[in-house]
Amino acid sequence: MKNFNISKKIAVLLRSGSVAVLAMVMLAAGSVSAQSDGSQQNKTGRAGTFAITNARIVTVSGEVIEKGSVLIRDGKIAAVGDSIQIPRDAENIKGDGMTVFPGMIDAATNLGLAEISGGANATMDVQETGTINANARAIKGVNPHSSHVNVTRINGITTVISFPTGGLISGQAALINLNGSTQDEMAVVPNAGLIVNFPRVSTGRRFGFGGGGAPTDFNTALRRRDEQLDVLKKLFEAAKNYQKARAAYEADKSLPYTAVDAQLDALVPYVTGEKPIFFTAEREIDIKGVAKFVADQKLKGIIIGGQEAWKAADDLKRNDIAVIFTNIYSLPTSEDYPYDYYFAAPGKMQSAGIKFAVSTGEGGGEVRDLPYQAGIAGAFGLTPEQALRSVTLNPAEILGVADKLGSIEVGKIANVVVADGDILDPRTKIQHMFIGGRLIPLTSRHTELFDSFKDRTAIPK
Amino acid sequence: MLLVKEKIMRKTSIFLVFAALCVFAAPAATAQSGDVLIKNATVMTAARGTLENTDILIQGGKIARIGKNLSSASARVIDATGKYVTPGIIDAHSHAMLDAINESSFSVTSMTDVKDALDTDDISIYRALAGGTTAALLLHGSANSIGGQSATVKFKWGKGKDDFLVKDAPPGIKFATGENVKRSNFNIPGQTPRYPRTRMGVVETIRDAFTRARDYRQAWADFNAKKTKTPPRRDLELEPLVEILEGKRIVHAHGYRSDEQLNLLKIADEFGFKVGTLQHGLETYKFAPEIAKHGAGVSIFIDSWSYKIEGYDAIPFTAYMLWKQGIVVSINSDSDERIRRLNLDAAKAMKYGGVPEEDALKMVTLNPAIQLGIGKRTGSIEVGKDGDVVIWTGHPFSPYSRVETTMIEGEVYFDRTADAQRRTAAEAEKAALLKDKMNSGPAAGPGGGAGPRIPRESIVHDRDHADQEKTGDTHTENDGGNR
Repeated sequence: MKNFNISKKIAVLLRSGSVAVLAMVMLAAGSVSAQSDGSQQNKTGRAGTFAITNARIVTVSGEVIEKGSVLIRDGKIAAVGDSIQIPRDAENIKGDGMTVFPGMIDAATNLGLAEISGGANATMDVQETGTINANARAIKGVNPHSSHVNVTRINGITTVISFPTGGLISGQAALINLNGSTQDEMAVVPNAGLIVNFPRVSTGRRFGFGGGGAPTDFNTALRRRDEQLDVLKKLFEAAKNYQKARAAYEADKSLPYTAVDAQLDALVPYVTGEKPIFFTAEREIDIKGVAKFVADQKLKGIIIGGQEAWKAADDLKRNDIAVIFTNIYSLPTSEDYPYDYYFAAPGKMQSAGIKFAVSTGEGGGEVRDLPYQAGIAGAFGLTPEQALRSVTLNPAEILGVADKLGSIEVGKIANVVVADGDILDPRTKIQHMFIGGRLIPLTSRHTELFDSFKDRTAIPK
Repeated sequence: MLLVKEKIMRKTSIFLVFAALCVFAAPAATAQSGDVLIKNATVMTAARGTLENTDILIQGGKIARIGKNLSSASARVIDATGKYVTPGIIDAHSHAMLDAINESSFSVTSMTDVKDALDTDDISIYRALAGGTTAALLLHGSANSIGGQSATVKFKWGKGKDDFLVKDAPPGIKFATGENVKRSNFNIPGQTPRYPRTRMGVVETIRDAFTRARDYRQAWADFNAKKTKTPPRRDLELEPLVEILEGKRIVHAHGYRSDEQLNLLKIADEFGFKVGTLQHGLETYKFAPEIAKHGAGVSIFIDSWSYKIEGYDAIPFTAYMLWKQGIVVSINSDSDERIRRLNLDAAKAMKYGGVPEEDALKMVTLNPAIQLGIGKRTGSIEVGKDGDVVIWTGHPFSPYSRVETTMIEGEVYFDRTADAQRRTAAEAEKAALLKDKMNSGPAAGPGGGAGPRIPRESIVHDRDHADQEKTGDTHTENDGGNR
């Protein structure tokens, strides 16, 4: 946050009494703030051709370039290397002492759908009523002007999945860049996946699907789970039949017409395996249940949650199911579990060969902790490199957008972060960032409130 | 706010594994007493800078010497080469160990005391130790303008209640203002709403209590001066308030909006006492000069925000802005989850605004100790202080560092190596217990076991959630009081 660095410098200079130098710094501060474009929140930044020079470049996809440059042009990464040609029209971003990272991706949030959860229902658009909402699309609910957008991105997170919750089928997730004045501007993949809350085998008193009522025995719990699964199976079957009937009519108009059904229509790309289904599941038994369901139904499956995914490694790998792990900050679910049960889970998944991403699973306000959540995984089993990959290239691969996002490579969307250290370290400050090649002002609801009050003195009464 | 988790996470249903707790994290086996010599560490003292290649000798539970090439004939030697040592982390706002948090019946419940609800077997203690936290202020909830009395504890896992309580810690009490106090989210049809319902009423509730306390104190003074013949009837509600008026009990005041917290400071000025800490204080950055003038400390979340309307103006720069005013700032958890990683919260104070490293460390060590009134005995690594120290694998502000060993008064209460060794034994014992018929679940038929037990720990680590249950599954948005 360069503004604060500068105010700090000013403070130091004031103490040293160097007025001339102070004037120069203030001039510099003026030029920096000139880069900010106005006072509105979620400013969309400035397009242009930019060259980040003399920086350490952590490409994630390949070797670290100890001293090199990244050229950003037309919204894309145009060149990367230690001796690339910098065009004359490129604006130079001095990278001395800085490290360049790909923007981080949080693959499971409700960002933009949920502003203030406590006592402000009018700001909540995360959960539809009813249990089957395949046609509810997050991209139609995301608020581009949510303050969560600017607060999150200035921590180096450039892209998120935002998804609806609740019911059996919650709706469709959106993959969005955290920049844009409209939902369309933000969208990377507007309808990126279907959210299915996989029915649980539940013997206890639980809310929601697969639960409720008095404690029960295992066989009853299993039967109840299967009843819920039957609902899903029949619905998926209906969607497949619906698609066949619609296609048949298109091919041969003499056949009876099948009326449009909003739910079935929305399900088609997911039940046919064209697009992925995100199944929320935590425990081994439920994750294995997802794996079997995915195999039986020939689906593209992804797990969200994944507390015990490492225990179901074979099932997941056999069916090419990746895990978006949202439990770093979860307490061990049982008192007798090791204290680091979930801190260590990504490391276990790594060892087991499961494809996974670390995600906050947060509503919006705390998504900016993504780097630090990955960092903790780096203390309990992952190497720092693997931890970084778990919030950059891994989620891009899992979401099927590794050709566009997740690393510093030529041709990718220029989601690029320049920091004064390791971005997974909470001490590190982001110095510059680009989303879609636009230079994003490092301002947020928080920096604006800070600016409003940092120099406040009491009004004499 | 944790929407995703609240919706998609459900706890593993485990019926009977609590029995296995007896071996897992077995406390009695952990604590090692005797003198300790920590050799060759990078020591972050939280008082006198960072000392490289330094030894610490702990004798009789106290830090006896700090220096280079120390030796001791009797002390157990721990080689900490390449490692970091900090003071034990202190959390100035926790509800760990508490079987009950809110006595929400009245608006003034100063007669209640969380010390009557301490659970020394709460697994949160062990998990906190594993994150380097050695002491905490255990607070009553925030359902009332004047809540219950607090407990200042060291996490002496495996010991009895009396060992947990820090003997010479001054007593404390919870106050609260704002939406929880005025029961904004608790309209129960058919029930008369509890007074107060507005911030105006909150001010009058607190003023009324102190007016009565002042009169009560006067009545005793009159009796003691023999102006009256009969002693006043003892009033357990007002006695703690008299202690506040006499500067013998520390007020820890939950609040969010700047105006309501400033109003509390004004009430304190009116009645001639000091507020010890403004807790949460998400808007304290808006009135820092007034706080500095009153002399209150502030205990904040480093960056939580937006989980309710009162938290929407919170900013992560608060620690820096208060620090700049010279206010004693601590960073707390208010959470059995977050208490495990307060070191990384302190690190954020460096990022947001630029608090210097040692001052950031103080925000989770010495400053909370000062706020709890135990700053003379703990909170920093200085000769004469308690041997409450943490050995880290690396810099405590690096996300890649782990706690190796946590000591309180020279005794080891967490050790990662020992923890790892116990896991195998714990798993074996759990497997054996699971085979035992008396531990089988309801599926085994009548008499076949105790039935499911909802784990006590919370998965919902948001900020103001329910008081009554610490279980995620029983959590609903409006299920009682608030923390």
